Amino acid sequence: MKPSGRPTVYGVMAEFETSHALVDAARRAHHDGYRKMDAYSPVPIEELHDAMHMHDNRLPKLVLAGGIFGGLGGYGLQYYVSAMAYPVNVGGRPLHSWPAFIPVTFETTILAAALTAVLGMLALNGLPQPFHPVFNVPRFALASRNRFFLCIEARDPKFNINDTRTFLASLGAREVTTVED
Amino acid sequence: MAHKPDSPTPEEAHAPIAGAGRVYPPVIAPGHTFASVTDKISAIVLTRRTSLGWWLGFAAAFALVNVLMMSIAYLLFVGTGVWGINIPVGWGFAIINFVWWIGIGHAGTLISAILLLFKQTWRTSINRFAEAMTLFAVACAAIFPILHTGRPWLAIYWLFPYPNTMDVWPQFRSPLIWDVFAVSTYATVSLLFWFVGLIPDLATLRDRSESRVGRVIYGALAMGWRGSAHHWHRYETAYLLLAGLATPLVVSVHTIVSFDFAVSVVPGWHATIFPPYFVAGAIYSGFAMVLTLAIPIRTMYGLQDFITERHLNNMAKILLVTGLIVAYGYMMEAFMAWYSANTFETYMMRNRMTGPYGPFYLALIFCNGITPQFLWIKKIRTNVVLLFIISLIVNVGMWLERFVIVVTSLHRDFLPSSWGRYSPTVWDWGLYVGTIGLFLSLLFLFLRFLPMISIFEMRTLVPDAAPVPDRRVGRAGHEAAR
Repeated sequence: MKPSGRPTVYGVMAEFETSHALVDAARRAHHDGYRKMDAYSPVPIEELHDAMHMHDNRLPKLVLAGGIFGGLGGYGLQYYVSAMAYPVNVGGRPLHSWPAFIPVTFETTILAAALTAVLGMLALNGLPQPFHPVFNVPRFALASRNRFFLCIEARDPKFNINDTRTFLASLGAREVTTVED
Repeated sequence: MAHKPDSPTPEEAHAPIAGAGRVYPPVIAPGHTFASVTDKISAIVLTRRTSLGWWLGFAAAFALVNVLMMSIAYLLFVGTGVWGINIPVGWGFAIINFVWWIGIGHAGTLISAILLLFKQTWRTSINRFAEAMTLFAVACAAIFPILHTGRPWLAIYWLFPYPNTMDVWPQFRSPLIWDVFAVSTYATVSLLFWFVGLIPDLATLRDRSESRVGRVIYGALAMGWRGSAHHWHRYETAYLLLAGLATPLVVSVHTIVSFDFAVSVVPGWHATIFPPYFVAGAIYSGFAMVLTLAIPIRTMYGLQDFITERHLNNMAKILLVTGLIVAYGYMMEAFMAWYSANTFETYMMRNRMTGPYGPFYLALIFCNGITPQFLWIKKIRTNVVLLFIISLIVNVGMWLERFVIVVTSLHRDFLPSSWGRYSPTVWDWGLYVGTIGLFLSLLFLFLRFLPMISIFEMRTLVPDAAPVPDRRVGRAGHEAAR
């Protein structure tokens, strides 16, 4: 709902009863030229990645970078502490005693990579996001139980509220709803 | 983990499959759907009344938390002199219990990470509460070394490297500092793993909660999760990467804990077999604790459909395998003590077996060497009561192992003039029993307020929810539906 009080349309949402129907619908919508859409399901569905042509491989690269940062940071910290900031001479042994620094380097590598994996996943997904227009559809609560939804968004160049509704209904949707913004 | 409409997973999950001439029992009872799985697990949290058993159990556990509080308060007021530790036995209960709890904390991440990478679908119904168990066990473990420092409020600069006004830094060549990094990393990564796994289920609870408070709290924790395909895509990637990162981490933690002992020159500690033997012991004790908890929980909450006989059987097999590795460790310790021809090593081993703490060693061999051998028999592996008893004996055995390693190695070292004896005081016992209370209290709260079985992963084990007109049961039905 915009401040003017007049509801604007976020998109059109179709509800499906099985994951096959959702994958089929997503594939046909993509084939029909729709690009700005999203599918919602109670379980991850691998085939949707192909059906919707999702190619986002930023997360693994971020995690690799996080791990490298953690490893170098952990080792650097130990070098700085043991050789520069607080050098302790133990029987003339070398200050830069690298074998002893490996366990902590390993741990900081894992720690930074794991933190990057989780925070990166949340950031790329735009979470936390307290509100999203799809929650305006009452039946959408079933997306976390046993129903599958496909939403074609109004910002898609091909979007036309009537045509898109008809199109989604033709895909065997159980119900087609207009999603208010 | 992803749900593939035409994958064999649902059949594998539902019907006994015949593979290589053997029939595997199902990992989920037949007849379940997306809806029934969701409703059954979320009802435990949302709609079922809190049972009297829960209140009694929680009250008993919380009473022990009060024992913990008193033990900590008295310890901080007087000092570590209230414990039984002395010179030569400077480690005592604090380190015994630390290693015991950390070991128990190994099953959770092992189940969630390693079994995920090996695509063991049976892990699905036990991973959530095993991960919770890990977190609580690590929390209990961390209490001991922190209190053992004597002045925990100063421990921050002893343990963590940060610029301070005294210009003093920790010693990075010490295994004790490695331990700080290993345990804190393990706690953090386990928490992340657990929380990431919870996000979609928190969204389910948000959508199904009938109270406003529930919707707000679960909604805030779910962070607006809506099951978008783009989100699931990155979620799956992140989960798999976390599993890949946690797998070497699990192995590293108890390896580093064993370095606390093995890097020293104390006879009985200075052994190269320690890292693998500790890791196997950790998995062994962790699975024993999972069984100890899973067997009563599945009966109390009627979850036999989800935690089936096959789960118990598989866990029993892991218990047997790791138990054999541990037994091998005991044999090698004795063999190396003899083979080294070192006076101190040989004496340590003889003293361990026949000295003042000899009965503990015998009890240890009974608990960890003999008891798991019963698990060779399938009738025992699938007998719930016997399995529960065996898991309890193993828990005791693993505690005895750490007692024997810590106390018998320290109490008679190189110089007979500095030999001594160790016995715990009432405050040692109070702290130990108190952490068991803390562990159980946290577990009771977890069972009451969060889904103890991963709902969305259970959904991936059942076929699609609603019937399709020409659909038949099983794989043929799936192909027809496509």
